[in-house]
Amino acid sequence: MQRNDYVLIDSHVGAFDLRLGELWRYRELVWLLTRRSFVVTYKQTILGPLWLVVSPLLTSMAYVILFGRIAGLSTEGVPQLLFYLLGTAAWTCFAACVGRCATTFVDNAGVFSKVWFPRLAAPVSTVLGAFVRLAIQLVLVLVLIAWYAVHGVVAPRWELWPLVPLAVLQLGLLGMGCGIVVSSATTRYRDLAVLVDFGVTLWMYATPVVYPLSQVPDALRAIVLANPATAPVEWLRMALLGVGGVPVAALAWSWAVTLAVVLLGVAVFNRVERTFVDTV
Amino acid sequence: MAEREELSPKPPLVIRVTDVGKRYRLGEMGGRTLQHELQTWWARRQGKQDPNRRLGDDRAIGEEFWALRNVSLEVRRGERVGIVGVNGAGKSTLLKLLCRITAPTEGRIELWGRVSSMLEVGTGFHREMTGRENIYMNGAILGMTGAQIDERMEQIVEFSEVGQFLDTPVKRYSSGMFVKLAFAVAAHLTSEIMIMDEVLAVGDVAFQRKCIDRMRSAAEDEGRTVLYVSHNMDTIRRLCDRCVVLDAGRVVYDGDVSKGIATYMNNGLGLGTTDVDLAALSHSGLSRGTGVRMERVVLDGKADTTFDAGEDLRLRLWARVERPVRNVCLRVTLRSETDVGLASTWSDPLDLENAGEHELAFCVPLDGLRKGVLYVSLGMYRVDEVGRRLTLDHVSHALRIELAGVALWNLRAYGYMELPKIQVI
Repeated sequence: MQRNDYVLIDSHVGAFDLRLGELWRYRELVWLLTRRSFVVTYKQTILGPLWLVVSPLLTSMAYVILFGRIAGLSTEGVPQLLFYLLGTAAWTCFAACVGRCATTFVDNAGVFSKVWFPRLAAPVSTVLGAFVRLAIQLVLVLVLIAWYAVHGVVAPRWELWPLVPLAVLQLGLLGMGCGIVVSSATTRYRDLAVLVDFGVTLWMYATPVVYPLSQVPDALRAIVLANPATAPVEWLRMALLGVGGVPVAALAWSWAVTLAVVLLGVAVFNRVERTFVDTV
Repeated sequence: MAEREELSPKPPLVIRVTDVGKRYRLGEMGGRTLQHELQTWWARRQGKQDPNRRLGDDRAIGEEFWALRNVSLEVRRGERVGIVGVNGAGKSTLLKLLCRITAPTEGRIELWGRVSSMLEVGTGFHREMTGRENIYMNGAILGMTGAQIDERMEQIVEFSEVGQFLDTPVKRYSSGMFVKLAFAVAAHLTSEIMIMDEVLAVGDVAFQRKCIDRMRSAAEDEGRTVLYVSHNMDTIRRLCDRCVVLDAGRVVYDGDVSKGIATYMNNGLGLGTTDVDLAALSHSGLSRGTGVRMERVVLDGKADTTFDAGEDLRLRLWARVERPVRNVCLRVTLRSETDVGLASTWSDPLDLENAGEHELAFCVPLDGLRKGVLYVSLGMYRVDEVGRRLTLDHVSHALRIELAGVALWNLRAYGYMELPKIQVI
């Protein structure tokens, strides 16, 4: 019998035994779960995956009217629609990571109590799903960028484009980290799930999504920079639209927080996962 | 770890359970809202009744109990192990631990091989997805790759008998088809250990037989190991070559199948006993902490356990009650030698007004029963305001009686009972 089939289930485990190797062996499942969420979401809908493009477009149009026309917020010379579209797409991705990971245990209670697979496969596939959605939306963003770039309205910083995936990855990791911390707590207190939607909405306003960092008054700048979600959003904007950006220190801080949250999240998640079934 | 075993001539170990225990807390607060917990806490502080407690549940909250304790077990490759025990004996808990659905409180479990389990039919199946997609999904849950699943696809489809519906979403399947596909998947995926919990209770008899044959051949020809839980002693006898009897969270017997089944059926009591010390027998797990305990039962006025045709079953029961309970009814269930439930009857509700020991005498008419060995299970229930029966105490197989039978009654052909005469109309 192959050695890699050996499994030890001990009543005592170390707090930071992350068991990532196990997850890697189940990569096929992660991918299938990601695929399944797409198939199931768009079955029996008229527009199907087209919704992915339609909804951020409508949201951005609303922002153009609300924040652009009525509130008169600056977009640093970038066409408003493009500015808001990128912000919305990035934030939707992040919010989906937090929101859906936060309900991992509640949503999967039925399956988790009947079969075993590495539980982390569920939140990880959620994040991958959010990435795929974001990628589709970015295609639309790129079309707009190409159009405006040809007309000389925006000047993307092409040399930074290879780093775009890194910013997206950071959004995903941070979102998943927060999400699984909450999901571990929701096995005891379900009302935390309500707080999440609310909290993420508030968080959006503390992040330069509908406004650029440069417009933040100095008194509040430190707070916005302390927000770990600021760096990846600004970074995306700098690379793709050629405006914005954060100091290196803020970037480093943001990554440090992200990694800490993910590590903590996975550790807590693995702990709760072991006996979560007993408390449903 | 694995090499040590391979030196011995015996088949290698696939499962080793060492001193495993699993503790649950009764009425543990979990998955509730913060508001509920605050309410509960406030009510308890004020000495009022908890508004969130299940109605009629008198068990102390926070009381711990061990669903399994000090369980050790070794299973070797190719064994077909049947696990039996009364409800609450810990069978399902043991399977859940082996499937890694929940973790043990103490001890360790070692597995050499992948586990495919069916604790419930079609788990991991998504209703919106087609049969084929679900097969891939289940394979992936076992850690298989797409290529490995492709290899097995033909066998699965053939066994499941749902070939032409493979690309239909499973929500359109009949429940029979669903079961067949689910079993086919679990039985054919590459796994060294198969764990099945009562899954054969569903599905038609022919398919049941096919499943049992399939599990046998998986063990005999492919060297896979089967763990099977059932209340149906017939299927245990047909499938298994080893039997483990669990009682109150402990292994009380491990070995030969017929002896194991006999141990379980006799609940440890000597044959021919007319005076049974119920305190020494295992009570249902549901009756922990209810404050009612049956302690002794006697076949009233009998010197042995043999009954003549037309004789009533007269019982005298002693029960200890910690606090007064109203609306208590008794239940008597008769079960066959193969542990099939034959019949049940209930008493009218009665009130046990005082704490302490109660002696209850009652009579169960056995009209119509003609012949055979019968096991008597005894239960006490409280009927609540909406008419539900809440278990206070229950002992399976408390007594074993024998109906000497009427002459010429062929038990195998006619069964246990004679119904009222056929009316020619």
